Amino acid sequence: MAEDQVIVGLEVHCQLDTKSKLFCGCSTDYRSDGPNTHVCPVCLGLPGAMPVLNKQSIEYAMKVAKALNCTVLHESEFSRKNYFYPDLDKAYQITQYDKPLAEGGYLEIESDEGGEKRVQLTRIHVEEDPGRLVHMGNAERGKYSLVDYNRAGIPLIEIVSEPDMRSPKEARKFLNKLRATLEYLSVFDSEKEGSLRVDANISIKGNERVEVKNITSYKGVEKALTYEVTRQKNLIRRGQRIERETRHFIESTGITQSSRSKEQEHDYRYFPEPDLRPLHVQSWVEGIVLPELPDARRERFITQYGCSLNHARTLTGELKLADFFEKVVVADPKGLSTLAATWIADTLIGELNYRSMNLDIVNVAGFTELIGILKMGTITDKSGIEVLRVMLDQRMKNEPAETPAAIISRLNLAKTAGDNSAIITAIEEAITENPKALEDYRAGKGGALNFLVGQTMKKTRGKADPGELNQMLVEALKKKEA
Amino acid sequence: MEAHELSFEPDDPYNAFLAVCKKASYGKGKLAGIAVAVKDNISTRGIETTCASKILKGYVPPYDAHAVELLRQSGAAIVGKTNMDEFGMGTTTENSAFGPTLNPCDTSRVPGGSSGGSAAAVAGNMVRMALGTDTGGSIRCPAAFCGIVGLKPTYGRVSRYGLIAYANSLEQIGPMGRNVSDVSTLLQVIAGKDRRDSTTYDRPYTHTPVADVKGLKIGIPQEYFGEGVDPKVAGVVKTAISRLKELGATTVPCSVPSMKFALAAYYVTCTCEASSNLARFDGVRYGPAADIKKSWHDAYREVRRAGFGAEVRRRIMLGTFALSSGYYGKYYSKAQVARENVKADFARLFSDVDLIAGPTMPTIAFRLKEKSDPLSMYLSDILTVPANLAGIPAISVPCGKVDSMPVGLQIMGRPFEDERVIDTAYAYEQAVR
Amino acid sequence: MVTEKDVEHIAELADIGINTDEMGTFTHQFNAILNYFDVLDQVNGDTTVTRDLTNIMREDVVEPSLPRDEVLRNAAAQEDGFIKAPRVM
Repeated sequence: MAEDQVIVGLEVHCQLDTKSKLFCGCSTDYRSDGPNTHVCPVCLGLPGAMPVLNKQSIEYAMKVAKALNCTVLHESEFSRKNYFYPDLDKAYQITQYDKPLAEGGYLEIESDEGGEKRVQLTRIHVEEDPGRLVHMGNAERGKYSLVDYNRAGIPLIEIVSEPDMRSPKEARKFLNKLRATLEYLSVFDSEKEGSLRVDANISIKGNERVEVKNITSYKGVEKALTYEVTRQKNLIRRGQRIERETRHFIESTGITQSSRSKEQEHDYRYFPEPDLRPLHVQSWVEGIVLPELPDARRERFITQYGCSLNHARTLTGELKLADFFEKVVVADPKGLSTLAATWIADTLIGELNYRSMNLDIVNVAGFTELIGILKMGTITDKSGIEVLRVMLDQRMKNEPAETPAAIISRLNLAKTAGDNSAIITAIEEAITENPKALEDYRAGKGGALNFLVGQTMKKTRGKADPGELNQMLVEALKKKEA
Repeated sequence: MEAHELSFEPDDPYNAFLAVCKKASYGKGKLAGIAVAVKDNISTRGIETTCASKILKGYVPPYDAHAVELLRQSGAAIVGKTNMDEFGMGTTTENSAFGPTLNPCDTSRVPGGSSGGSAAAVAGNMVRMALGTDTGGSIRCPAAFCGIVGLKPTYGRVSRYGLIAYANSLEQIGPMGRNVSDVSTLLQVIAGKDRRDSTTYDRPYTHTPVADVKGLKIGIPQEYFGEGVDPKVAGVVKTAISRLKELGATTVPCSVPSMKFALAAYYVTCTCEASSNLARFDGVRYGPAADIKKSWHDAYREVRRAGFGAEVRRRIMLGTFALSSGYYGKYYSKAQVARENVKADFARLFSDVDLIAGPTMPTIAFRLKEKSDPLSMYLSDILTVPANLAGIPAISVPCGKVDSMPVGLQIMGRPFEDERVIDTAYAYEQAVR
Repeated sequence: MVTEKDVEHIAELADIGINTDEMGTFTHQFNAILNYFDVLDQVNGDTTVTRDLTNIMREDVVEPSLPRDEVLRNAAAQEDGFIKAPRVM
């Protein structure tokens, strides 16, 4: 290990996508409803109420354990983690302590050096989510908190990794791979707000470990860790000691701040939950049938569809994306795969991100038609992008959706077959309108040609094939030499 | 369901009741029209439930305990909530935040605890039956002190859903009444699996008492008649046991060596569980309001200081200490091993004998304020806690008097042989009637 | 031997208030009780706890929640459906 090697371990909490809560029958679909409307005596922690374990949550957790190659313990049990906080209505969280559901296991990720590496896992366990606090008031009027217990009792799976990651980037890769795996298992919905929370442990070799708690976005993890690496390395460079502490990440500013609260020193006084009975579920592992997981699907995309490794990685990195790709190419995999892979991975994803649009909104039939048209070569790539943008904008604005063919026709984007007169006219106009460019070209300034290409492209509205146009322009300029 | 109403406005000179339902509705069923009192740590929808604590003053549960649902379904008239030691912590009902309950047999004495209110309500002829709860003897002790019958069922036979928890792994709701027959009828109503309580077994109780002990072997543990047990009490109980011999049972002297650790194991376990169970009372969702102007920890601390009595605060601290870092191995985990040893001792005995008998309490009811030292109070539970540690059924049935005060005969049986325990108590009761 | 300082620390850990006039008595009682608990040191072995009731679970079925007004009924203070609590400083 290098002397200033970064060492990262992650504790990832994901909400399991069950219909009802972990210990009661309240619906987990609380996000669009008002506060305290998905609450019962059990999850409200009313005196006398008792937890009853949701079988589906254990089945889901076991699927995860099997997919991540963990060992499910012969006997596992729930424990109480005791601390006092307004969002924890029983004043203890029912979690798993010394007898988790599973131990060991690993997740393979792309390492910084290229190639694959294994991040070992320590354990996997199941626990309940606390409620949600909203902080109100100010120094003058008095500060107070508002509590919503809708989230109290939502089932969480906690996956703890060994400190095997060596950079913020690897941490992000781990998280993405984990997220994808959980999605493929249909146990997790990454689009639900707040469904994922990460605590990260980071140190520079030879120095104390810092814990950064409660990072709630994927990007946030890389940002938080990047900030920490810089902060810690700066301290080391100045000859200062890294304090072993807990910090929290502030999304809006991208920095981490020390949490000087009593919570750090907590003695949780764990003991086995007396209202729940132990689990003997090791024998269930055999009967669990796993679906195709990201790595297997990636390999299949390479062998079955001829995708490049990079494209396959990107496409299988999200379940929805992989499903979308396969739907698009299903009618003609041999013919459409390469084009579809390129257009989805290199273009569509970017356009969706730019518009903050969800892949769900994209019409499969429409996109498939566009790929087909591109395959036939009747429009240029540039026109293809324009058509795609129109289609996406129409969906986003909820306007009536035109087919690609209709858009091409309306905007007159079809390549003029054989008839170059329009292009020739455009070239002549461009040269005439830009005498300085002609001079620069004659003087040997390289940028002049590109400039004229651009001007001509504007006039042809992208209908000209760039390669052809370049050639024609050069010829035309040569003729002007005289 | 047809609804009727029972008028209930008793004279309560014993302070047995904390809340009274002047018009209690009732329906058809096994307990149709029978006035039943419910201990105030059992949740009753729409009726204030305080556990005799200031910290729950004004709390009205939005749901019924499972046992209460069953009472209602059987047509019983739930006439009120009875006084108790705060959160079940005590042996005399003197730890109530709303004044002690007096023993109807002698109002200068305690009725026992923690189900003192339920016992006094029955012994004082205000109700025919009552529900109590027993964590370390809290049904059997007041039954013995007040001269009534009280049963702690096998652990897991009666649902704890709705019972405001003190010590989850030890406690059970149980029936109390003036005779064994009524206690048995009440058990029929409340026993059975409840899917809302993961610690219940599918063992309904459908038995009617049969007065037959012929051929039964009864173990008499030396530890139940040793030092600390009043010789007069021991004498009365021995006489009662000979009565059982006359009825056809045989007795066998035996020993429960792990009794030595039983009380410590009990108090470690119950204080640990209680320290966790009682932490939720923060004045936010129920109970007297937390001061929003204070910071969270300050407000929380103040709610607990003002709301919990000294005994409750003492046990919470003991439990917190015993669970704290570094002490878990010394206390809690040792206590669980001791518990397993007690279970094993009983299992060993029960491979030879069918029942175990002895006094319920080492003395007759104390005078009010007589036991002021906590430790000496804890020691009086020595004969009752083993049944809770082992999870076995145990009954107290009146068997005579000492200094005009009732004495209880305690009969314990194998797990899920509550029927046999009831039969034995019934046989005795019928013989001396 | 547990001192008053220890008792103070436990009270802090438990977030429970002891009045200053109770401190002396509490400490004394605490020690007596803990002394009594020492008998557990003599407990031998590692008897495996019996596990007869296992895998008690329920199906993933949604059941009705409490109406919000019942959730809020016992709460001392609420605002727009939220329950008010003192702020953690």
